[in-house]
Amino acid sequence: MSDPTVADTRRLNSKPQDLTDAYGPPSNFLEIDVYDPQTIGVGRNRFTTYEVRMQTNLPIFKLKDSVVRRRYSDFEWLKNELERDSKIVVPPLPGKALKRQLPFRGDEGIFEDSFIEERRVGLEQFINRLAGHPLAQNERCLHMFLQDESIDRNYIPGKCR
Amino acid sequence: MSFFSFGQSAEIDVVLTDAETRKKAEHKTEDGKKDKYFLFYDGETVSGKINVTLKNPGKRLEHQGIKIEFVGQIELYYDRGNHHEFVSLVKDLARPGELTQSQTFDFEFTHVEKPYETYTGQNVKLRYFLRATVSRRLNDISKEMDIVVHTLSTYPELNSSIKMEVGIEDCLHIEFEYNKSKYHLKDVIVGKIYFLLVRIKIKHMEIDIIKRETTGTGPSVYHENDTIAKYEIMDGAPVRGESIPIRLFLAGYEMTPTMRDINKKFSVRYYLNLVLIDEEERRYFKQQEITLWRKGDVVRKSMSSQATIGAQRFEGSASSESSLCNDCTVRSLVSIAL
Repeated sequence: MSDPTVADTRRLNSKPQDLTDAYGPPSNFLEIDVYDPQTIGVGRNRFTTYEVRMQTNLPIFKLKDSVVRRRYSDFEWLKNELERDSKIVVPPLPGKALKRQLPFRGDEGIFEDSFIEERRVGLEQFINRLAGHPLAQNERCLHMFLQDESIDRNYIPGKCR
Repeated sequence: MSFFSFGQSAEIDVVLTDAETRKKAEHKTEDGKKDKYFLFYDGETVSGKINVTLKNPGKRLEHQGIKIEFVGQIELYYDRGNHHEFVSLVKDLARPGELTQSQTFDFEFTHVEKPYETYTGQNVKLRYFLRATVSRRLNDISKEMDIVVHTLSTYPELNSSIKMEVGIEDCLHIEFEYNKSKYHLKDVIVGKIYFLLVRIKIKHMEIDIIKRETTGTGPSVYHENDTIAKYEIMDGAPVRGESIPIRLFLAGYEMTPTMRDINKKFSVRYYLNLVLIDEEERRYFKQQEITLWRKGDVVRKSMSSQATIGAQRFEGSASSESSLCNDCTVRSLVSIAL
């Protein structure tokens, strides 16, 4: 090999990109919406549920479009399962707001519209950050949370890949 | 040192023979200051003279001998007491006696071996210096002069490219390629990243140069990692089939040649770290070692035989460099004419 004195900085050869790859839909489409809060029940037995809709083209998810209803404690369950079974750093959930659950408040407490909206935004951020994590996508609890009608708390934890 | 010398004392001055012509190199000292020192290569002769100047011109200076040493040593910061000398040469300049007036002594260390490059790091220091000593019963008078040594290499015969397919199963597959595995300090890293599968939302990609200094052996090994450079090569989300080019000029960064197991005391190695960052700030990276070497400058007639042999491989390149310039001149004249 002859000694180059001025370095050759020309680009390395690469395959031209297939146009369907360049202009087609990307392979990383994943969007989860948390919306439509509904407060169910009466008096002290009330709780709020949210619709969780996932749209994706990732092959790891069985359904490409799924809708389920979840409440705050379901999100907590998911966080605990992942913290126990996987090595990932789970993103934070919006607060538990225990103070809002105390009696003798001037407002609606945890059923206050502004609080529900704040929580909805936090839950949406939480689930989007989590679902995009390659290691979280291996956990059965995530798939059950997103795509099964209801969460079976007696399920067998494990990996699905 | 001379607080209690009511008698005579002296100052020592070390002057190299070729002080006027020899090149100096910049070197950062332990406290971060940059200084210039005379530059030497392996095999070169170190010669000069020492001037011993009496402080009080009238009095005599009694001494137990005058000598000059050439020392190459490794100093580990966590073990300062022990200096590991790998080169130690002495020349006796005067037998025990007395100096009645200031005097100059010539010295020459012929074709000195300087096997390693001068290095000042986080936990270790390798230095070469001349030390002239006037021994006395109570306290010696000595003067040290540090020099800098560079180790030169030539273009390696074998310099394969680095090409590898890495990723996370079913999530991210990339093929990275760097044009060489051995780069000189003023070289350019030319490469590319080819995306085979992208199922994560990548925000940007960068390439870092990491310097790892390893000191110690066995159970007490210390690694000091230092990110020398961070260079963004892609901003935005790539898709399958895209190829991102890399062109990273090394001359802008302060680096040393790769040093492997120097005198069994320390190593300095360099790694390219390719980092992909997704929308949620998750980082995916792949580290790859590269070898850095120091290319010699234009040949000088004054160099020692060893250095000349090493530099001779550049003679061809020096002439081709000038012919390249000539071609450029001709072509540019032609285009102006058009």
